Amino acid sequence: MTSTVDTAGDVPLVLQAAPDLPPIVAAPSRAGPLTTFARRNPTLVVGGLLLMLIGLAAIFAPWLWTVDPHALAPARRIRPPSETNWFGTDDLGRDVYSRVIYGARTSLVVGAAVAAVATFFGVLVGVVSGFVRWLDPIIMRIIDGLMSIPSVLIAIALLGVARGSIANVIIAIALAEFPRVARLVRGVVLSLRERSYISAAIACGSSASRIMSRHILPNAMDPIIIQATYIGASAIITEAILSFLGVGTPPTIPSWGNIMAEGRALWQVKPYIVFFPSIFLCITVLAVNLLGDGLRDMLDPRAAKRI
Amino acid sequence: MQPLLSVQNLRAHFATRDGVVRAVDGLSFDVCAGQTLAIVGESGCGKSVTSLSILRLLDEPPAKLAGDILFDGRNLIDLDEAAMRQLRGNQISMVFQEPMTSLNPLLTVGRQLAEPFVLHQGLGYAQARARAVEMLSLVGIALPEQRMREYPHQLSGGMCQRVMIAIAIACNPKILVADEPTTALDVTIQAQILDLMRGLQARIGSAIILITHDLGVVAEMAQRVVVMYAGRKVEDASVAEIFENPRHPYTRGLLGAIPKLGSSADESTLHRRLTEIRGAVPSLIAPQEGCSFAGRCPMVRDVCRRVAPALREVAAGHDSACHLAKELGPMQ
Amino acid sequence: MTPLLEVSDLVKYFPIIGGAFRRSREAVRAVDGLSFHVDRGETLSIVGESGCGKSTVGKAILRLTEPTSGDLRFDGKSYVAARGAEMKAIRRRLQVVFQDPYGSMNPRMRVRETIAEPLYNFGLTGSRLETTEKVRDLLVRVGLPADALTRFPHEFSGGQRQRLSIARALAPGADLIICDEAVSALDVSVKAQIVNLLSDLQQEIGVALLFISHDLAIVEHLTHRVAVMYLGKIVELADRRDLFRDARHPYTRALLSAVPAPRIKVRKERVILKGDVPSPVHPPSGCRFHTRCPLAFERCRTEEPLLRSVDDKHLSACHLD
Repeated sequence: MTSTVDTAGDVPLVLQAAPDLPPIVAAPSRAGPLTTFARRNPTLVVGGLLLMLIGLAAIFAPWLWTVDPHALAPARRIRPPSETNWFGTDDLGRDVYSRVIYGARTSLVVGAAVAAVATFFGVLVGVVSGFVRWLDPIIMRIIDGLMSIPSVLIAIALLGVARGSIANVIIAIALAEFPRVARLVRGVVLSLRERSYISAAIACGSSASRIMSRHILPNAMDPIIIQATYIGASAIITEAILSFLGVGTPPTIPSWGNIMAEGRALWQVKPYIVFFPSIFLCITVLAVNLLGDGLRDMLDPRAAKRI
Repeated sequence: MQPLLSVQNLRAHFATRDGVVRAVDGLSFDVCAGQTLAIVGESGCGKSVTSLSILRLLDEPPAKLAGDILFDGRNLIDLDEAAMRQLRGNQISMVFQEPMTSLNPLLTVGRQLAEPFVLHQGLGYAQARARAVEMLSLVGIALPEQRMREYPHQLSGGMCQRVMIAIAIACNPKILVADEPTTALDVTIQAQILDLMRGLQARIGSAIILITHDLGVVAEMAQRVVVMYAGRKVEDASVAEIFENPRHPYTRGLLGAIPKLGSSADESTLHRRLTEIRGAVPSLIAPQEGCSFAGRCPMVRDVCRRVAPALREVAAGHDSACHLAKELGPMQ
Repeated sequence: MTPLLEVSDLVKYFPIIGGAFRRSREAVRAVDGLSFHVDRGETLSIVGESGCGKSTVGKAILRLTEPTSGDLRFDGKSYVAARGAEMKAIRRRLQVVFQDPYGSMNPRMRVRETIAEPLYNFGLTGSRLETTEKVRDLLVRVGLPADALTRFPHEFSGGQRQRLSIARALAPGADLIICDEAVSALDVSVKAQIVNLLSDLQQEIGVALLFISHDLAIVEHLTHRVAVMYLGKIVELADRRDLFRDARHPYTRALLSAVPAPRIKVRKERVILKGDVPSPVHPPSGCRFHTRCPLAFERCRTEEPLLRSVDDKHLSACHLD
């Protein structure tokens, strides 16, 4: 311990300084912000990158196809993968690879659109249900009823009375999926309602609509966004199922489900027609799910605690 | 006299993504047999981490401990988990702050209370149960046989705390560490629990390390007091000295900041301001130059910001870490 | 003079099973017939332990929860059944500061929006600049830097957030602020800051305070009058000096003796109550306190004592008086 004398004040002090001890633990290395982010949220990064790759493939499909996806070439049908047809040809001689690349467009568009529409209506219904007490039981019974029917069946039923088109597919799947969102949102609203800042807002004279839009909704966004990604994944699979069954995307538009439907009869002898689209389907759905999981981990308030 | 527990230069640092948190930064104190030592401070001063360090209940990465904790001829810092497990609940026990959540909600009271007997004294289950019933009566729980079969959620906060105390003293520990044992309880229940603890201490003779922010509880229970601030000890004295002759501006600030019951007897005290300590507790991450209290101290001098004060003896058995400790006049 | 706030026979039961239609079912009798008043510019404290119903009283007065029965009057006008614009006018003058400094602000709204919200709601805003000026003035008044406007609540410490809550409560020019355990979650040194602030504000602008707390020492420092609650009822109501020096109800006495004093030479006579607080679903017959009262006798078990005046303005509910 060192001793010094301080004469600055009116009384000279004899000071003893405390020993300066360095920390016994090494400070964690400060890597760049991107690396730190990647290290902390690996799931999010992997899912995001995968999805971006597929998204890019979909966007640049017009430049990535090798053989015109709509060109029929019955002379070259059911050929295995070769130099000209990377994934082989289907039973009408069309190039499977190019159709699969275009199919990415269908899946991603349907997935994103359904996520958006289902979330929109789900939030609307969920917030009203969570906030307006007397409506809650009525709405919830309807939602329960809808949820007891498998979403694929609801979509099939709706498409049975409508013309097949991408827009109708989107509407049908969204209608089948929105109850899940509504229920989640209602739960979130119910728990948020108990927070003191909601009571404070009421005490300040805020109207119910103001509370819903400015206090509840912004704070409910995290679980809603995560749920939206899962809805997207589910929608992609549902679209594939519907197209596979022949009630979804019209056969003129390439969709992974369509391609698989066309290869169904042959799949034991010529599996590549079913194989390639299904691989792409798996990877895409996996990517979306990873994205959702990654978002959930990143936004988890417990993980975000700071000292 | 040899102290029962001697903590020397204890440091508990945590590696977090925002930097190194120096939760405890060079703490030393002694506890003698049968004595109650209170560790006082506000949130973030390191008192809870200190109690967890003594029992080695911290996850050791990300935490790292340094220094010495000498007990019964051994250094607790060096012991491995198996050796610590032999000590915990046996020679050194702990009572926690939240009684309702510190008991396992899925096990009956009896099962939890019998556990220390089975583990440390090797009793068979039937014998352990019998001892458990005795302990429940000892801590003042009526109808102990019935309580044995109940679950924690069926008991009130005060009763849960009694059960926790029973579990802690089951094997007659030499040291009982109590981390804010009554903070979550109502004041009338708190009075019961403090009374109980005093009675048990007289009976069993354990030393108590009492962690609290409540100076009233300190006055009631403790013989010696250690005041902590920002991970360090700023004052160490007998309870009489702390209350009558505090020698650190932080201790004085704390004493001045608490309203005292009975203040209405003096009419002039109505609307007299409480002594404030302006500002807030500093972050434990940023390395501190000079005295950690300098930013809030009413008596701060230039040197205080540059030179961190060492702990010095200012009176017999009374240490303080302040450059101005000897110059402080009597408290008004 | 008409009191600012007048509560008459306030009752709040929380039904356990069944909805509002099944009164005969069990209910938590949180508040069971409370009457008191608060005058302009004074501080009335409600003290009691957990489960006594004091928080429910605060919420009922604010109509955050609907009273089961009873009357609430603000400045002479009954508002217990008021709706819409009428209730809004009351809310403007009756504000609140909650206990939890971390939960009482919307984490996604900046300070400026949070404090300006009551201004928008009650039509007290002018241009954007004027509103910002008003918010700035409020921040300075509660001891916060004016640049706090653009920050988010999580950037502040607990004590600072309580200051923000106080600023929000002052914004519409309230006549009465209910402090629902407003300092209980703060550190000792910060508590002192906030208590001083409330005291100063009362002196400066004459706002009345209804201070709900379990901390008797703080209450003694801050209040003019005190009401002590036990299991949904007021057992004693008196001026500060009368209550703290000459408490009449055995519960009040036990409460006062239980508070550990930060002084060493004082050896207090301790009244240690036996047992735990009974359930508010099945309160004891007669006097609710009789199960724990050291002075209980036969009459206490059968007949409920009324809150009566035992001395000028000093009310107590005990058969011994």
